[in-house]
Amino acid sequence: MIYKFKIPDDLDKIENLKMGDVLFITGKVFTARDEAHQLMLELYEKNEKLPFDPSKMVMYHCGPVVKREGNEWKVLAAGPTTSSRMDLFEKDVINAYGIRIIVGKGGMGDNTAEGLKKVKGIYATYTGGAGALAAKSFHKVENVYFLEELGSPEAIWIFDAIDFGPLIVSIDPQGNNWNKISRDEMEKRKKEIFKIIDQS
Amino acid sequence: MNIEETILEAIRTAETAIPFDVFEHIKIAYENETNPVSKSQLNSILDNVKYAKDKKLPICQDTGTQTFFLDIGFDFPYKKEIVNAITMSVAKATNLYYIRPNAVDPFSGKNPGNNVGRFIPYINWFLRDGNDAIIYVLPKGGGSENASALGMLKPGEGIKGIKKFVVEQVIKAGANPCPPTIIGLGIGGGSDLSMILAKRALLRPLGQRHEEKRVADLELELLDLLNKTEVGTMGWGGKTSVLDVHIEYAYRHPASLPVGLVVQCWADRRAIIKIDSNGNVEVKQ
Repeated sequence: MIYKFKIPDDLDKIENLKMGDVLFITGKVFTARDEAHQLMLELYEKNEKLPFDPSKMVMYHCGPVVKREGNEWKVLAAGPTTSSRMDLFEKDVINAYGIRIIVGKGGMGDNTAEGLKKVKGIYATYTGGAGALAAKSFHKVENVYFLEELGSPEAIWIFDAIDFGPLIVSIDPQGNNWNKISRDEMEKRKKEIFKIIDQS
Repeated sequence: MNIEETILEAIRTAETAIPFDVFEHIKIAYENETNPVSKSQLNSILDNVKYAKDKKLPICQDTGTQTFFLDIGFDFPYKKEIVNAITMSVAKATNLYYIRPNAVDPFSGKNPGNNVGRFIPYINWFLRDGNDAIIYVLPKGGGSENASALGMLKPGEGIKGIKKFVVEQVIKAGANPCPPTIIGLGIGGGSDLSMILAKRALLRPLGQRHEEKRVADLELELLDLLNKTEVGTMGWGGKTSVLDVHIEYAYRHPASLPVGLVVQCWADRRAIIKIDSNGNVEVKQ
């Protein structure tokens, strides 16, 4: 199924999504890579507030190429980064901030799937490497946080997105995880391929 | 000759337009794909490539680690100028937003913001006869680089062992290196030489086979085996997981069978600069 959601208005509809569904998102997106994840957890432990509300936005594993033009920032390229690196922190970040939509690439592990199940959230993927195309849907940079401390790829950028997608649901709110399913299938195929190699 | 401007132009070309051979291979993968999700991903990839070229935007926001392979004639007169120009042009390219600041101090985590730091940009030298130079520009993304592997196999495992190692690694990498990928292999030498040969193998255009038939045959056999994994585009399954396999080799120690494996994402960005002894330059892909 193909869905077009406005975030945060349509957050309630997230729980009905199924693995393999296609999604286009209009609304606020914030970027977070390894360093931002660590920082968010540190702030949470210290009981300090973030300058924005992550539960009302899409969290995007992305380190964009951004250009300063006068007083504004322009997004030049903003495809996803490899999400599995964030498996280290993701369950805790979801618990701490109630994040319900995560976008990245490459798939995520069972720990993240567990975290998402609790908040009835999803993890969806955007085409890896399609940075220029993704940037097209981020028509405005709303804000940037921790730019000085983290540098531009690791900073938290807040984008205003129009029809960001197609995003494909990889982990659904029931905990179905394409990454796990496909990896199990590939392990089976590996045995078949090894047989071919042994017979060659 | 303004070598700095030339390198800057080559970086921009590499980052905004993929070589024709790569585009053609992705197009064929798209035409052959029957898995609907993977086909949609390949469609996005092709749209992205056309859009980036048209608008002169980076194809991917991960503009990579700036990596330069220099094939230099012993009598080429501008060695020092080239090294200086590479560093200058990389800093300038960052400043002009052609590339993202991607060089980070591994201890402090600090990003100097200009892609210049200890040993970075990376320059790999290969000296040979002649008075000209060829510079290969290879911006190498982090997601695919993280799927690199070194196998120190037992010589008794032989070529079959190499095949199993490569299949194992491609499955382990799964969707992470942005498949369909290109696999560079370095067989033999030692640990360091096998890895550098694997990365150098990526410089060869897709579809071009190794000059020795026995190596070329192994490239094609591995390509076929790897596409049986059905990793597919971005891990969504389907016919094409790998666009090509390139192998380079060196003689090995009797006790060792090193296999270096380097993975390149579908956004196989390259440019080539040719400089003759009079300083005439040419940039191509």
